[in-house]
Amino acid sequence: MVQEVISGNYAQSYAAKLARVQVVSAYPITPQTSIVERIAEFVAAGELRAEYIKVESEHSAMQACISAAALGARTYTATSSQGLLLMHELLHWAAGARAPVVMGVVNRAVAPPWSIWTDHADTISQRDTGWIQFYCESNQEVLDTTLLAFRLAEHADVLLPAMITEDAFFLSHTVEPVDIPSQEQVDEFLPPRVTKMAIRPGTIGRLGSFTGPDLYMEFRHKIAQAMERSADLFLEIEDDYERLTGRNHGGPLPTYQVDDADAVLITMGTATTTARAVVDAMRARGKKVGLAKLRAFRPFPVREIRQLGARVDRIGVLDRSFTFGAAGAAFTEVVGALYGSRHRPRVRDFVAGIGGRDITPQAVDEMFTALLKDRGPEVDWVGLKHRLEVNRRG
Amino acid sequence: MARLTIPAEEYMRAGHSACPGCGATLVMRYLLKGLGPNTIVTVPACCWTVIGTPFPTTAIDVPMVDCAFEATGASVSGLRAAADAMGLKDVTIVGFAGDGGTADIGIQALSGMLERRTDAIYVMYDNEAYMNTGIQRSGATPRGAWTTTTPVDQAARGKPEVKKDVMAIVAAHKPAYAATVNVAFPEDFLKKVERAKAIRGPRFFHALSPCPPGWRYPPEKTIAVGRLATDTNVFPLYEVEDGTYRINRKLGKAKPVAEYLRAQGRFGHLTEIEIAEIQADIDTRWKRLLALEALG
Amino acid sequence: MTTTRAEHHDAKAGGHTTAYETEEDLPEAPVASVPSDVIHTASWRTFRPVIALAKCTKCYVCWKFCPDVAIAIDGDGWPVIRLDYCKGCGICAEECKPLAIEMVKED
Repeated sequence: MVQEVISGNYAQSYAAKLARVQVVSAYPITPQTSIVERIAEFVAAGELRAEYIKVESEHSAMQACISAAALGARTYTATSSQGLLLMHELLHWAAGARAPVVMGVVNRAVAPPWSIWTDHADTISQRDTGWIQFYCESNQEVLDTTLLAFRLAEHADVLLPAMITEDAFFLSHTVEPVDIPSQEQVDEFLPPRVTKMAIRPGTIGRLGSFTGPDLYMEFRHKIAQAMERSADLFLEIEDDYERLTGRNHGGPLPTYQVDDADAVLITMGTATTTARAVVDAMRARGKKVGLAKLRAFRPFPVREIRQLGARVDRIGVLDRSFTFGAAGAAFTEVVGALYGSRHRPRVRDFVAGIGGRDITPQAVDEMFTALLKDRGPEVDWVGLKHRLEVNRRG
Repeated sequence: MARLTIPAEEYMRAGHSACPGCGATLVMRYLLKGLGPNTIVTVPACCWTVIGTPFPTTAIDVPMVDCAFEATGASVSGLRAAADAMGLKDVTIVGFAGDGGTADIGIQALSGMLERRTDAIYVMYDNEAYMNTGIQRSGATPRGAWTTTTPVDQAARGKPEVKKDVMAIVAAHKPAYAATVNVAFPEDFLKKVERAKAIRGPRFFHALSPCPPGWRYPPEKTIAVGRLATDTNVFPLYEVEDGTYRINRKLGKAKPVAEYLRAQGRFGHLTEIEIAEIQADIDTRWKRLLALEALG
Repeated sequence: MTTTRAEHHDAKAGGHTTAYETEEDLPEAPVASVPSDVIHTASWRTFRPVIALAKCTKCYVCWKFCPDVAIAIDGDGWPVIRLDYCKGCGICAEECKPLAIEMVKED
């Protein structure tokens, strides 16, 4: 094991290399590019023996991965924003074909207007596709979660594709110290992919096919069941990873200072780090606040959310995206999870950080304060400028 | 026992869902006879998606991977990469797509596959329209043809635009091998498949696939109509290998295109003038092909 | 992955057999692995080809051009129509040079 100061993007590249991916198929898009550039360097240097397909679009990138996975190869790709949106058809296809493709997504706002800065609209709008989804807070988590994702996706009781996200620039291009496991450690954790389901010359088989109403529903139900199974398998796999590396990032909803909290904020991605600092600061002032990191968005941690709801009266959800016509996605899913529970805490939606706008400690402090005082609307866009600043030089 | 002029072994099954007299089934049948069992075929949305029969059956004895409509070229590259990464020796990867899925929605992925020089074979079986969805025009529909989206009426005379020259587009990518094949000429078809099988790099087939419901002729005429396409120079049989053009079949005098057009209901509305225009167009293209061949 | 039992799947015309009674019978991924010739397409046809062996020269053009793999060659080298599958397209009759094949209307 080695510690290096690397970007979130390079953490992905290292994870793909350590996972000994066999086929990489990728198309460049800011701010994902350094992931695939680093992988290209690994391949050129002979450090990673993979076939690297320089596809002509993200749609083709995902198709190539799916077809490669059909033959039984371990595959990887990475994208962001518009590229992910272009892949949308194939995201459904990967899940339907039960192809355990692993993909890094650098969360970037969607156009128009063009923006290269971070928010979660791109991956949140893929939540229906049958992909396992992880949102990462640190570069360490990016590397670890990517390795976990390979093992989980390829598990015979799962066989679903998985995406690992990182906030644009905050993680993708910011360097942090990262413990990189050794190849031996990873080989023990993640053996070569073996599947009985591969398409093989010499055997009759058609992957895909077509059906009528009499059979389609059962195939879709299988995806639902596999997604459910993946939740507990994820915990087992993380325990395994901890045995090897000493690190466990705490399952789908790790919590901080929630035991006696009067108000808890649920966060995703790098906003978690800011919120954690604010929790410490407010606790020092005697305010009993806590946070829960929504690390796995799919499968949605209903059980853990309900456990949280049983302990806390006030929950704020910090959404870095918005489902127009409804509310923030995390908020609606948290409320949905809680509805079936006996406990009904008050839940509020704080929409913030859209298009890369900074989520300041001040803003988070105000969110907690609003929660504690039961003040403010159910859905609040935080940090909006109500009177636009005009560039007087413009 | 008299000899067969093409290999006896079948890799396509009966019981498939193709229309009676379907040209596309013969394209697959002849292709697989030539390539043999160590083959994987990837197929986008097209007639063959349905011809292949619904779950749980499959109409070919080699593995088949369904892919998205736009993405055949990418699927081919993915399969090739996986086969190479996993050490699957000598497996031929084949993309098998319709004209719509190749010349229109699939052209980007095809171009990518060719430019990347993926070692595989791409077959465009050309029934000259979006047939699987019920005969809508594609970029490969010939000028003057009736389709449901290019109907014939007061202000419309079938498709006004000429057929997209997919072989020219492919040839511009400098493939290892490209050829036109026609189900009416199976021996020529098989010879070319054998040739392609022995070559490495990106290889392309433009296969004429006559379609009884789409072209409006009775199903027993599929071979006759296909034969006329070549004998009128509408669909010349030729190969491009390392930039060299080689025409495989030249009649002393080509048959008049009117014979081909009159055999099909989709051209039934054409006037003598329109037919003459099409003849002139065919003659120009033939001359150009001869000139390309002469370049050596 | 799956076996075909003699159990009728009544949703399909053409009557092929399938073993899928419950979700658990299905493969995890949509992989079809039963060869299609369990499906008999005979009911599609209106006309059926009849070969007059006296005229047949064993050129095998009919076998060659059949889109449905519905012409077999028997042990003596005669072409035989596989009536379970033939859709009656008539290509064989049309292409037969000695005119040994006639399309006869089904009753």
